[in-house]
Amino acid sequence: MYRIISNEIIKPSIGRMVVEAPYVAHHRKAGQFVMIMVDEKGERLPLTIADSSKQNGTITLIYQIVGTTTAKLSSMKSGEHLFAVAGPLGHPTEIKNYGSVVCVGGGIGIAPLYPIAMAMKEAGNRVINILGARSSDLLILEDELSSIGDETLICTDDGSKGEKALVTVPLERILKGEKINLVVAVGPVAMMKAVSLITKNYNVKTFVSLNSIMIDGTGMCGGCRVIVGGEVKFTCVDGPEFDGHLVDFDSLGKRLKTYTREEQESFEQYKHNCKLQGAFNGK
Amino acid sequence: MVSKAARHKMPEQNPQGRIKNFNEVPLGYSPEVAIAEASRCLQCKNPLCVQGCPVNVSIPQFIKEITEGNFLKAIEIIKNTNSLPAVCGRVCPQENQCESKCLLGIKGEPVAIGKLEGFVADYEREVLHLPLISYNKKTDKKVAVIGSGPAGLTVAGELAKLGYSVTVFEALHLAGGVLVYGIPEFRLPKKIVSYEIECLKQLGVEFVLNTVIGLSESLSDIKARYDAVFIGTGAGLPSFMNIPGEDLQGVYSANEYLTRVNLMKGYLFPEYDTPVIKGKRVAVFGGGNVAMDSARTAIRLGSKEVHLVYRRSLDEMPARKEEIHHAQEEGIIFDILTNPLRFIGDNSGRLCGVECIKMELGEPDQSGRARPIPKRGSEFIMDIDVAIIAIGNGSNPILQKSAPDLQCNKWGNIIADKQSMKTSVEGVFAGGDIVTGAATVIEAMGAGRKAARSMAEYLETGKW
Repeated sequence: MYRIISNEIIKPSIGRMVVEAPYVAHHRKAGQFVMIMVDEKGERLPLTIADSSKQNGTITLIYQIVGTTTAKLSSMKSGEHLFAVAGPLGHPTEIKNYGSVVCVGGGIGIAPLYPIAMAMKEAGNRVINILGARSSDLLILEDELSSIGDETLICTDDGSKGEKALVTVPLERILKGEKINLVVAVGPVAMMKAVSLITKNYNVKTFVSLNSIMIDGTGMCGGCRVIVGGEVKFTCVDGPEFDGHLVDFDSLGKRLKTYTREEQESFEQYKHNCKLQGAFNGK
Repeated sequence: MVSKAARHKMPEQNPQGRIKNFNEVPLGYSPEVAIAEASRCLQCKNPLCVQGCPVNVSIPQFIKEITEGNFLKAIEIIKNTNSLPAVCGRVCPQENQCESKCLLGIKGEPVAIGKLEGFVADYEREVLHLPLISYNKKTDKKVAVIGSGPAGLTVAGELAKLGYSVTVFEALHLAGGVLVYGIPEFRLPKKIVSYEIECLKQLGVEFVLNTVIGLSESLSDIKARYDAVFIGTGAGLPSFMNIPGEDLQGVYSANEYLTRVNLMKGYLFPEYDTPVIKGKRVAVFGGGNVAMDSARTAIRLGSKEVHLVYRRSLDEMPARKEEIHHAQEEGIIFDILTNPLRFIGDNSGRLCGVECIKMELGEPDQSGRARPIPKRGSEFIMDIDVAIIAIGNGSNPILQKSAPDLQCNKWGNIIADKQSMKTSVEGVFAGGDIVTGAATVIEAMGAGRKAARSMAEYLETGKW
């Protein structure tokens, strides 16, 4: 099980893996995620499912290389196996015909946004995509999202592609200009917070998909708890999508930094070990 | 003739040494000591100890075999009714069960039944390296077991011995449930759990890991493929105290803390990738076995000071006496009659303290235990950098959500008949913490044993 079909670097520091996970491929819906372990000593890491093929029993995972686990993931070759893939987990996105939906994706968050935008389009919505990245060479899935969106707008921090702006600039322009029924935002905490603040002004319902730290992903540890509308919720079983107007993003942002020091220590040791093995290529 | 010999003490790692490692605390009886201890048994004609055991192990019979040096015969007798003897010998609260009924306990100390059970189970594992008995398939009927904790493993073992094909579904990447993610290495070495699981595989039990029934497949998908289903998904959802600051970095549920350390081997970080915050000053909130496990884990991770904060007194503490004693020996500071009010964080959102209030005991409440009442003006602040909340678990909603016809009570626990363990859905049985709420390993195993018997009857007769 969990044989890797392909694994490639699609952008600097961003990888895409297609892996066999028949249970997940058959049952997953837009918005759900999997927990993976690269090897026996590895972390359990939540990754949103970017795509799947029932026919092949495979799922597609898109990941940013930021630490030990994702670096290990990027070093895996086709034909090798992941130690564990569990899922699909979390609530699927509530897909229906809302009318006009704006899908906002930032950085690696564009990967989980893709199946949601696709399902929204299939449900008959008018779909406007706003995709943001630091620069054009870090922008993922632009073609895929353009092909399903009625409109697709690009923003980069450095202006190397599309508008030189944060995603909130075109979002606000759209909200001023036409009736929008739903906004879906997936990306860094600061982006989802900014999007939710704006949509609240325009009174437009907003879903955000949270990327809390998790261990089991099935409700057992409570490590992924977030404050939503003043109540404690578990991202894994109550989410990962919540009403953006109710999420305490500041608390989430702080909790995501819990292990910064340990993550650095682990990554330094990983790179050191790779150098010793002569395998590390300076990623 | 009444045996006068005193109960044989279990040799243990000394407290100063053991808080620096995760090795098991008791060192085990030698064969000579085991025989001497077994010889204390009065071999009662009407043994009350057996009534005290939730799975009715034939206690006098297995102890008799030990006195004669027939250790493998002894383990065979235990395994007739108990699928996990090496586990039970370590984690059962014998003092409230078999040993509480022992006649020797009236005037002196009861026979060390649990230690003897552990001894013969360890003997088998170390000498034979293989399980004793293998069974042949007698039927083509198929059974699914959801959850691989104590209840599920018991059902699997019992039904496999009867010749059924058993498949166990587990959400995590390792089988064993609370035995692998919850109970620490120093109380239950993981090699013992993996051995017990190997024994089940030897009996033909198949394990399907990384599969969350309710999401990966629904209960009705499973029902369509199997002749009977057992649900033993445990008490999965940790409770929090709903006080300010529970979202601070450094505040853990006991489940998360123990899972990071036990299942993910966080104590071996960075050799293993999963980190855990090794606090300098740690406070554990709660008074059960899970609270003791958490406190004793924290001291082993190198914390300078570990406090156990409990709102009632030592007498009301639900943890086993042995665990409280071990924790005290290891230098855990017991702050009894104390309750937390709020957690305090620094600017970056890291925990740096907890405000507590002193309590006094009032009239008994519904649980029969004295109700703790806050003492006005006794608030104080304790500096801590890790807090572990060990106040219990609710039921996990995932499976129930996918099966609307499965009846649950208002807490989300599955409703099952106390004797037959039948649920509201034909062919589906349930037992363990998912039915009762958080309880003990052996109670879950007792429920598993009842369910297995009832499932076998259903599979044979087809009668619901």
